[in-house]
Amino acid sequence: MKPPQRRASVRRAAALFALVVVVLASTAPVRADRSTARSSLEPPIERARGDRCIADPAFMRRNHMDLLKHQRTETVHEGVRGSAASLKGCIGCHASGATGSVAMAKTDFCVSCHSYAAVKIDCFECHASKPDPTAVLPTNHKRVGAGDALSRLVAQWRQPAPSTR
Amino acid sequence: MSRGHDTGARQALSGRRAFLGLAATAAGGVLLAPGIHLMEVARAAATAGVSPGANPNVRWGLLIDTTKCAAGCNDCVSACNTENGLDPRPSPTTAQWIRKVELREIKTGRTHSLPVMCQHCAEPPCVDVCPTGASFKRADGIVLVDRHTCIGCRYCVMACPYKARSFVHEPLTEQRADVPRGKGCVEGCTLCVHRIDKGGTPACVEACSNAGHAAMLFGDLNDPTSTISIRVREISTMQLRAELKLDPGVRYQGLGS
Repeated sequence: MKPPQRRASVRRAAALFALVVVVLASTAPVRADRSTARSSLEPPIERARGDRCIADPAFMRRNHMDLLKHQRTETVHEGVRGSAASLKGCIGCHASGATGSVAMAKTDFCVSCHSYAAVKIDCFECHASKPDPTAVLPTNHKRVGAGDALSRLVAQWRQPAPSTR
Repeated sequence: MSRGHDTGARQALSGRRAFLGLAATAAGGVLLAPGIHLMEVARAAATAGVSPGANPNVRWGLLIDTTKCAAGCNDCVSACNTENGLDPRPSPTTAQWIRKVELREIKTGRTHSLPVMCQHCAEPPCVDVCPTGASFKRADGIVLVDRHTCIGCRYCVMACPYKARSFVHEPLTEQRADVPRGKGCVEGCTLCVHRIDKGGTPACVEACSNAGHAAMLFGDLNDPTSTISIRVREISTMQLRAELKLDPGVRYQGLGS
Protein backbone atom coordinates (compact mmCIF):
# COMPACT_ATOMS: atom_id res chain seq x y z
CA MET A 1 0.00 0.00 0.00
CA LYS A 2 1.30 3.43 -0.94
CA PRO A 3 1.77 6.08 1.82
CA PRO A 4 -0.91 8.57 0.60
CA GLN A 5 -3.45 5.76 0.37
CA ARG A 6 -2.51 4.54 3.81
CA ARG A 7 -2.87 8.06 5.19
CA ALA A 8 -6.33 8.36 3.63
CA SER A 9 -7.50 5.05 5.12
CA VAL A 10 -6.15 6.01 8.55
CA ARG A 11 -8.03 9.30 8.32
CA ARG A 12 -11.24 7.49 7.34
CA ALA A 13 -10.86 5.11 10.29
CA ALA A 14 -10.23 8.00 12.67
CA ALA A 15 -13.29 9.85 11.37
CA LEU A 16 -15.44 6.75 11.83
CA PHE A 17 -14.11 6.25 15.37
CA ALA A 18 -14.81 9.89 16.21
CA LEU A 19 -18.33 9.53 14.85
CA VAL A 20 -18.95 6.44 16.99
CA VAL A 21 -17.58 8.19 20.07
CA VAL A 22 -19.79 11.24 19.45
CA VAL A 23 -22.92 9.12 18.90
CA LEU A 24 -22.28 7.02 21.99
CA ALA A 25 -21.54 10.09 24.10
CA SER A 26 -24.68 11.92 22.95
CA THR A 27 -27.03 8.96 23.61
CA ALA A 28 -25.42 7.87 26.90
CA PRO A 29 -27.73 9.90 29.19
CA VAL A 30 -30.82 8.56 27.35
CA ARG A 31 -29.65 4.97 27.68
CA ALA A 32 -28.86 5.46 31.33
CA ASP A 33 -32.32 6.99 31.83
CA ARG A 34 -34.01 4.09 30.13
CA SER A 35 -32.26 1.47 32.25
CA THR A 36 -33.07 3.20 35.53
CA ALA A 37 -36.54 4.56 34.60
CA ARG A 38 -37.88 1.25 33.20
CA SER A 39 -39.97 0.51 36.29
CA SER A 40 -41.80 3.82 36.08
CA LEU A 41 -42.93 2.98 32.53
CA GLU A 42 -44.47 -0.32 33.59
CA PRO A 43 -48.19 -0.30 34.35
CA PRO A 44 -49.17 0.23 37.97
CA ILE A 45 -50.51 -3.00 39.49
CA GLU A 46 -52.55 -2.76 42.63
CA ARG A 47 -52.03 -5.38 45.31
CA ALA A 48 -54.72 -8.06 45.23
CA ARG A 49 -56.72 -9.49 48.11
CA GLY A 50 -56.10 -13.09 49.11
CA ASP A 51 -52.89 -14.98 49.90
CA ARG A 52 -51.86 -15.99 46.41
CA CYS A 53 -53.07 -16.26 42.83
CA ILE A 54 -54.17 -19.58 41.32
CA ALA A 55 -50.78 -19.75 39.53
CA ASP A 56 -47.44 -17.94 39.37
CA PRO A 57 -47.68 -14.35 38.09
CA ALA A 58 -45.43 -15.22 35.13
CA PHE A 59 -47.74 -18.08 34.13
CA MET A 60 -50.83 -15.93 34.62
CA ARG A 61 -49.45 -13.05 32.54
CA ARG A 62 -48.93 -15.36 29.60
CA ASN A 63 -51.91 -17.72 29.98
CA HIS A 64 -54.76 -15.98 31.81
CA MET A 65 -56.71 -15.48 28.57
CA ASP A 66 -56.60 -19.19 27.79
CA LEU A 67 -57.66 -20.12 31.31
CA LEU A 68 -60.55 -17.66 31.12
CA LYS A 69 -61.65 -18.87 27.69
CA HIS A 70 -61.53 -22.49 28.76
CA GLN A 71 -63.53 -21.68 31.86
CA ARG A 72 -66.10 -19.58 30.00
CA THR A 73 -66.97 -22.52 27.73
CA GLU A 74 -67.23 -24.84 30.73
CA THR A 75 -69.50 -22.41 32.52
CA VAL A 76 -71.78 -21.29 29.69
CA HIS A 77 -72.19 -24.67 27.99
CA GLU A 78 -71.70 -27.16 30.78
CA GLY A 79 -72.84 -25.19 33.83
CA VAL A 80 -69.62 -25.62 35.83
CA ARG A 81 -69.52 -22.60 38.13
CA GLY A 82 -67.13 -21.43 40.84
CA SER A 83 -63.92 -22.98 39.38
CA ALA A 84 -60.49 -21.55 40.11
CA ALA A 85 -60.17 -19.72 36.80
CA SER A 86 -63.61 -18.11 36.83
CA LEU A 87 -63.84 -14.42 35.93
CA LYS A 88 -65.79 -13.80 39.12
CA GLY A 89 -62.90 -15.30 41.09
CA CYS A 90 -60.40 -12.99 39.33
CA ILE A 91 -62.54 -9.93 40.00
CA GLY A 92 -63.09 -10.98 43.62
CA CYS A 93 -59.37 -10.68 44.37
CA HIS A 94 -58.20 -8.04 41.90
CA ALA A 95 -60.89 -5.35 42.22
CA SER A 96 -59.33 -2.01 43.13
CA GLY A 97 -59.64 -0.75 46.68
CA ALA A 98 -60.37 2.75 45.38
CA THR A 99 -62.91 2.11 42.62
CA GLY A 100 -64.08 -1.36 43.67
CA SER A 101 -63.64 -2.48 40.05
CA VAL A 102 -61.09 -4.11 37.76
CA ALA A 103 -61.89 -1.92 34.77
CA MET A 104 -63.28 1.49 35.74
CA ALA A 105 -60.19 3.65 36.31
CA LYS A 106 -57.03 3.64 34.20
CA THR A 107 -55.09 2.16 37.10
CA ASP A 108 -57.51 -0.71 37.75
CA PHE A 109 -56.03 -4.20 37.40
CA CYS A 110 -57.27 -5.30 33.94
CA VAL A 111 -57.25 -1.91 32.24
CA SER A 112 -53.84 -0.90 33.58
CA CYS A 113 -51.99 -3.78 31.92
CA HIS A 114 -54.12 -3.97 28.79
CA SER A 115 -53.65 -0.31 27.94
CA TYR A 116 -49.90 -0.80 28.48
CA ALA A 117 -49.95 -3.79 26.11
CA ALA A 118 -52.38 -2.01 23.72
CA VAL A 119 -54.84 -4.92 23.89
CA LYS A 120 -58.48 -3.92 23.78
CA ILE A 121 -60.74 -6.17 25.82
CA ASP A 122 -64.53 -6.10 25.67
CA CYS A 123 -65.21 -8.43 28.62
CA PHE A 124 -66.68 -5.64 30.71
CA GLU A 125 -69.16 -4.44 28.11
CA CYS A 126 -71.25 -7.40 29.33
CA HIS A 127 -69.61 -8.68 32.52
CA ALA A 128 -69.79 -6.82 35.80
CA SER A 129 -66.35 -5.44 36.68
CA LYS A 130 -67.13 -5.27 40.38
CA PRO A 131 -66.94 -8.25 42.71
CA ASP A 132 -69.98 -10.28 43.58
CA PRO A 133 -70.26 -10.54 47.36
CA THR A 134 -71.30 -14.20 47.03
CA ALA A 135 -68.34 -15.17 44.82
CA VAL A 136 -66.03 -17.93 46.03
CA LEU A 137 -62.51 -16.53 46.07
CA PRO A 138 -60.14 -19.01 44.46
CA THR A 139 -57.49 -18.81 47.21
CA ASN A 140 -58.40 -22.26 48.49
CA HIS A 141 -58.19 -23.85 45.08
CA LYS A 142 -55.38 -26.06 43.94
CA ARG A 143 -52.70 -24.00 42.28
CA VAL A 144 -52.24 -24.20 38.54
CA GLY A 145 -48.60 -24.48 37.53
CA ALA A 146 -45.90 -26.25 35.56
CA GLY A 147 -46.65 -29.96 35.15
CA ASP A 148 -50.28 -29.43 36.13
CA ALA A 149 -52.93 -30.92 33.82
CA LEU A 150 -54.34 -27.48 33.07
CA SER A 151 -50.97 -25.99 32.16
CA ARG A 152 -50.26 -28.96 29.89
CA LEU A 153 -53.60 -28.23 28.23
CA VAL A 154 -52.59 -24.60 27.81
CA ALA A 155 -49.29 -25.69 26.23
CA GLN A 156 -51.25 -27.87 23.82
CA TRP A 157 -53.51 -24.97 22.78
CA ARG A 158 -50.52 -22.76 22.21
CA GLN A 159 -49.01 -25.09 19.60
CA PRO A 160 -49.52 -23.74 16.08
CA ALA A 161 -52.38 -25.38 14.20
CA PRO A 162 -51.19 -28.01 11.69
CA SER A 163 -51.10 -26.71 8.14
CA THR A 164 -54.07 -27.83 6.03
CA ARG A 165 -52.02 -27.80 2.82
CA MET B 1 -65.43 -26.68 9.93
CA SER B 2 -63.25 -26.61 13.00
CA ARG B 3 -66.33 -25.83 15.13
CA GLY B 4 -68.08 -28.96 13.83
CA HIS B 5 -64.94 -30.96 14.49
CA ASP B 6 -64.67 -29.45 17.94
CA THR B 7 -68.29 -30.30 18.77
CA GLY B 8 -67.74 -33.84 17.52
CA ALA B 9 -64.67 -34.19 19.68
CA ARG B 10 -66.54 -32.74 22.66
CA GLN B 11 -69.39 -35.22 22.15
CA ALA B 12 -66.94 -38.07 21.85
CA LEU B 13 -65.23 -36.85 25.00
CA SER B 14 -68.48 -36.51 26.91
CA GLY B 15 -69.47 -40.01 25.72
CA ARG B 16 -66.18 -41.34 27.02
CA ARG B 17 -66.63 -39.37 30.23
CA ALA B 18 -70.12 -40.79 30.65
CA PHE B 19 -68.76 -44.31 30.13
CA LEU B 20 -65.92 -43.78 32.60
CA GLY B 21 -68.39 -42.27 35.03
CA LEU B 22 -70.62 -45.30 34.65
CA ALA B 23 -67.66 -47.62 35.12
CA ALA B 24 -66.57 -45.69 38.22
CA THR B 25 -70.10 -45.76 39.62
CA ALA B 26 -70.32 -49.49 39.01
CA ALA B 27 -66.95 -50.04 40.72
CA GLY B 28 -68.01 -47.74 43.57
CA GLY B 29 -71.26 -49.65 43.98
CA VAL B 30 -69.21 -52.80 44.53
CA LEU B 31 -66.41 -51.37 46.66
CA LEU B 32 -68.12 -48.83 48.87
CA ALA B 33 -70.99 -48.99 51.29
CA PRO B 34 -74.43 -49.22 49.65
CA GLY B 35 -75.80 -45.82 48.69
CA ILE B 36 -72.37 -44.17 48.45
CA HIS B 37 -71.03 -43.94 44.94
CA LEU B 38 -67.42 -43.28 44.03
CA MET B 39 -68.46 -40.43 41.73
CA GLU B 40 -70.17 -38.59 44.56
CA VAL B 41 -67.19 -39.06 46.88
CA ALA B 42 -64.78 -37.80 44.23
CA ARG B 43 -67.04 -34.87 43.39
CA ALA B 44 -67.40 -33.82 47.01
CA ALA B 45 -63.65 -34.06 47.64
CA ALA B 46 -62.33 -32.39 44.51
CA THR B 47 -64.80 -29.59 43.92
CA ALA B 48 -65.60 -27.66 47.05
CA GLY B 49 -67.66 -24.69 45.92
CA VAL B 50 -67.65 -25.77 42.26
CA SER B 51 -70.99 -26.73 40.74
CA PRO B 52 -70.94 -30.15 39.04
CA GLY B 53 -72.47 -28.84 35.81
CA ALA B 54 -75.53 -29.67 33.73
CA ASN B 55 -76.76 -33.22 34.31
CA PRO B 56 -77.75 -34.93 31.04
CA ASN B 57 -80.23 -37.16 32.88
CA VAL B 58 -82.27 -34.14 33.98
CA ARG B 59 -84.84 -32.23 31.93
CA TRP B 60 -85.79 -29.04 33.74
CA GLY B 61 -89.35 -27.91 33.23
CA LEU B 62 -92.09 -25.66 34.54
CA LEU B 63 -95.77 -26.31 35.16
CA ILE B 64 -97.92 -23.19 35.24
CA ASP B 65 -101.35 -23.48 36.82
CA THR B 66 -103.40 -20.81 35.07
CA THR B 67 -106.26 -21.30 37.52
CA LYS B 68 -104.01 -19.99 40.30
CA CYS B 69 -102.25 -17.26 38.30
CA ALA B 70 -103.87 -13.96 39.31
CA ALA B 71 -104.85 -11.38 36.72
CA GLY B 72 -102.98 -8.15 37.34
CA CYS B 73 -100.26 -9.84 39.40
CA ASN B 74 -96.86 -9.09 37.92
CA ASP B 75 -94.61 -10.53 40.60
CA CYS B 76 -92.91 -13.09 38.35
CA VAL B 77 -92.03 -10.37 35.83
CA SER B 78 -90.65 -8.04 38.50
CA ALA B 79 -88.65 -10.86 40.09
CA CYS B 80 -87.16 -11.76 36.70
CA ASN B 81 -86.22 -8.14 36.03
CA THR B 82 -84.55 -7.78 39.42
CA GLU B 83 -82.77 -11.13 39.32
CA ASN B 84 -81.36 -10.66 35.85
CA GLY B 85 -80.75 -6.91 35.93
CA LEU B 86 -83.34 -6.11 33.24
CA ASP B 87 -85.05 -2.75 32.89
CA PRO B 88 -87.65 -2.61 35.68
CA ARG B 89 -90.02 -0.66 33.41
CA PRO B 90 -89.70 -2.32 30.01
CA SER B 91 -90.26 -0.18 26.93
CA PRO B 92 -91.15 -1.78 23.58
CA THR B 93 -87.44 -1.92 22.69
CA THR B 94 -85.91 -3.14 25.95
CA ALA B 95 -85.41 -6.81 26.69
CA GLN B 96 -88.17 -8.75 28.38
CA TRP B 97 -87.64 -12.39 29.32
CA ILE B 98 -91.06 -13.11 30.80
CA ARG B 99 -94.40 -11.39 30.20
CA LYS B 100 -97.92 -11.73 31.48
CA VAL B 101 -100.57 -12.56 28.87
CA GLU B 102 -104.30 -12.10 29.44
CA LEU B 103 -106.53 -14.36 27.32
CA ARG B 104 -110.28 -14.21 26.87
CA GLU B 105 -112.33 -16.94 25.26
CA ILE B 106 -114.74 -15.16 22.92
CA LYS B 107 -117.65 -17.65 23.13
CA THR B 108 -117.68 -18.19 26.88
CA GLY B 109 -116.00 -15.01 28.10
CA ARG B 110 -113.70 -17.04 30.35
CA THR B 111 -110.43 -15.26 31.05
CA HIS B 112 -106.97 -16.62 31.76
CA SER B 113 -103.87 -14.90 33.01
CA LEU B 114 -100.54 -16.61 32.42
CA PRO B 115 -96.84 -15.90 32.19
CA VAL B 116 -95.07 -16.71 28.91
CA MET B 117 -91.32 -17.04 28.65
CA CYS B 118 -88.82 -19.19 26.74
CA GLN B 119 -90.51 -22.59 26.61
CA HIS B 120 -87.16 -24.45 26.63
CA CYS B 121 -88.13 -26.70 23.72
CA ALA B 122 -86.63 -30.14 23.24
CA GLU B 123 -86.45 -29.28 19.52
CA PRO B 124 -85.71 -25.55 19.67
CA PRO B 125 -86.11 -23.73 16.33
CA CYS B 126 -83.84 -20.93 17.61
CA VAL B 127 -80.99 -23.44 17.78
CA ASP B 128 -81.79 -24.77 14.29
CA VAL B 129 -81.53 -21.35 12.65
CA CYS B 130 -78.54 -19.94 14.55
CA PRO B 131 -75.70 -19.47 12.04
CA THR B 132 -72.92 -19.38 14.65
CA GLY B 133 -73.97 -22.00 17.19
CA ALA B 134 -74.55 -19.31 19.83
CA SER B 135 -78.09 -20.54 20.44
CA PHE B 136 -77.78 -23.93 22.08
CA LYS B 137 -79.50 -26.42 24.33
CA ARG B 138 -77.71 -27.48 27.47
CA ALA B 139 -77.49 -31.14 28.53
CA ASP B 140 -80.29 -30.58 31.05
CA GLY B 141 -82.65 -29.11 28.45
CA ILE B 142 -82.17 -25.40 29.16
CA VAL B 143 -82.01 -23.34 25.96
CA LEU B 144 -79.45 -20.54 26.17
CA VAL B 145 -77.54 -17.98 24.11
CA ASP B 146 -73.75 -17.97 24.29
CA ARG B 147 -73.17 -14.23 24.00
CA HIS B 148 -69.50 -14.80 23.16
CA THR B 149 -70.56 -16.28 19.81
CA CYS B 150 -73.82 -14.37 19.19
CA ILE B 151 -73.47 -11.95 16.27
CA GLY B 152 -76.88 -10.35 16.82
CA CYS B 153 -78.42 -11.48 13.52
CA ARG B 154 -81.78 -12.09 15.24
CA TYR B 155 -82.71 -15.17 13.16
CA CYS B 156 -83.69 -16.85 16.44
CA VAL B 157 -86.01 -13.96 17.31
CA MET B 158 -87.84 -14.60 14.04
CA ALA B 159 -87.81 -18.38 14.44
CA CYS B 160 -89.25 -18.52 17.96
CA PRO B 161 -93.03 -19.06 17.86
CA TYR B 162 -93.36 -17.86 21.45
CA LYS B 163 -91.73 -14.43 20.92
CA ALA B 164 -89.47 -15.33 23.79
CA ARG B 165 -86.25 -13.72 22.58
CA SER B 166 -85.21 -10.08 22.90
CA PHE B 167 -82.42 -8.04 21.37
CA VAL B 168 -80.31 -5.58 23.34
CA HIS B 169 -80.17 -2.34 21.35
CA GLU B 170 -78.42 0.00 23.77
CA PRO B 171 -75.17 -0.21 25.73
CA LEU B 172 -75.79 -1.51 29.26
CA THR B 173 -74.16 -0.74 32.58
CA GLU B 174 -74.48 -2.14 36.09
CA GLN B 175 -75.07 -5.74 35.01
CA ARG B 176 -75.47 -8.39 37.66
CA ALA B 177 -72.31 -10.43 38.28
CA ASP B 178 -74.22 -13.67 37.60
CA VAL B 179 -75.97 -12.43 34.48
CA PRO B 180 -73.63 -10.84 31.93
CA ARG B 181 -75.63 -8.94 29.29
CA GLY B 182 -74.60 -6.56 26.56
CA LYS B 183 -75.48 -4.59 23.48
CA GLY B 184 -75.73 -6.45 20.19
CA CYS B 185 -76.73 -9.82 21.60
CA VAL B 186 -79.99 -11.73 21.65
CA GLU B 187 -81.17 -13.02 25.00
CA GLY B 188 -84.07 -14.77 26.65
CA CYS B 189 -85.19 -16.59 29.77
CA THR B 190 -82.37 -18.77 31.11
CA LEU B 191 -84.57 -20.49 33.71
CA CYS B 192 -82.21 -18.63 36.10
CA VAL B 193 -79.49 -21.08 35.13
CA HIS B 194 -77.04 -19.50 37.60
CA ARG B 195 -79.44 -20.36 40.44
CA ILE B 196 -80.22 -23.85 39.13
CA ASP B 197 -76.51 -24.67 38.90
CA LYS B 198 -76.25 -23.92 42.61
CA GLY B 199 -79.30 -26.06 43.40
CA GLY B 200 -81.84 -23.21 43.44
CA THR B 201 -85.09 -22.51 41.60
CA PRO B 202 -85.94 -19.76 39.11
CA ALA B 203 -86.66 -16.32 40.58
CA CYS B 204 -90.18 -16.19 39.03
CA VAL B 205 -91.19 -19.46 40.71
CA GLU B 206 -89.91 -18.23 44.05
CA ALA B 207 -91.74 -14.88 43.68
CA CYS B 208 -94.98 -16.64 42.72
CA SER B 209 -94.96 -18.81 45.82
CA ASN B 210 -93.91 -15.81 47.97
CA ALA B 211 -96.97 -13.96 46.65
CA GLY B 212 -99.08 -16.86 47.86
CA HIS B 213 -100.24 -18.00 44.41
CA ALA B 214 -97.91 -20.97 43.90
CA ALA B 215 -99.02 -21.07 40.29
CA MET B 216 -95.56 -22.06 39.03
CA LEU B 217 -93.90 -25.38 39.72
CA PHE B 218 -90.30 -26.06 38.77
CA GLY B 219 -88.73 -29.50 38.59
CA ASP B 220 -87.15 -32.38 36.71
CA LEU B 221 -89.52 -33.80 34.07
CA ASN B 222 -87.27 -36.85 33.66
CA ASP B 223 -87.51 -37.88 37.31
CA PRO B 224 -90.76 -39.88 37.72
CA THR B 225 -90.81 -39.15 41.46
CA SER B 226 -90.55 -35.35 41.18
CA THR B 227 -93.63 -33.28 42.05
CA ILE B 228 -93.82 -31.84 38.54
CA SER B 229 -93.71 -35.31 36.94
CA ILE B 230 -96.44 -36.59 39.23
CA ARG B 231 -98.59 -33.53 38.49
CA VAL B 232 -98.24 -33.76 34.70
CA ARG B 233 -98.98 -37.47 34.90
CA GLU B 234 -102.17 -36.97 36.93
CA ILE B 235 -103.59 -33.68 35.66
CA SER B 236 -104.49 -32.55 32.15
CA THR B 237 -101.83 -30.10 31.02
CA MET B 238 -100.86 -28.71 27.66
CA GLN B 239 -97.91 -27.28 25.77
CA LEU B 240 -98.37 -24.03 23.87
CA ARG B 241 -98.49 -24.57 20.08
CA ALA B 242 -98.10 -28.31 20.64
CA GLU B 243 -98.84 -28.89 16.94
CA LEU B 244 -95.38 -27.53 16.11
CA LYS B 245 -93.94 -30.61 17.85
CA LEU B 246 -91.20 -28.61 19.54
CA ASP B 247 -91.87 -30.40 22.85
CA PRO B 248 -91.60 -27.39 25.20
CA GLY B 249 -90.41 -27.95 28.75
CA VAL B 250 -93.00 -25.46 30.03
CA ARG B 251 -96.52 -26.85 30.44
CA TYR B 252 -99.80 -25.09 31.27
CA GLN B 253 -102.70 -26.34 33.33
CA GLY B 254 -106.32 -25.14 33.08
CA LEU B 255 -105.96 -23.49 29.67
CA GLY B 256 -108.60 -25.60 27.90
CA SER B 257 -111.88 -23.80 27.26
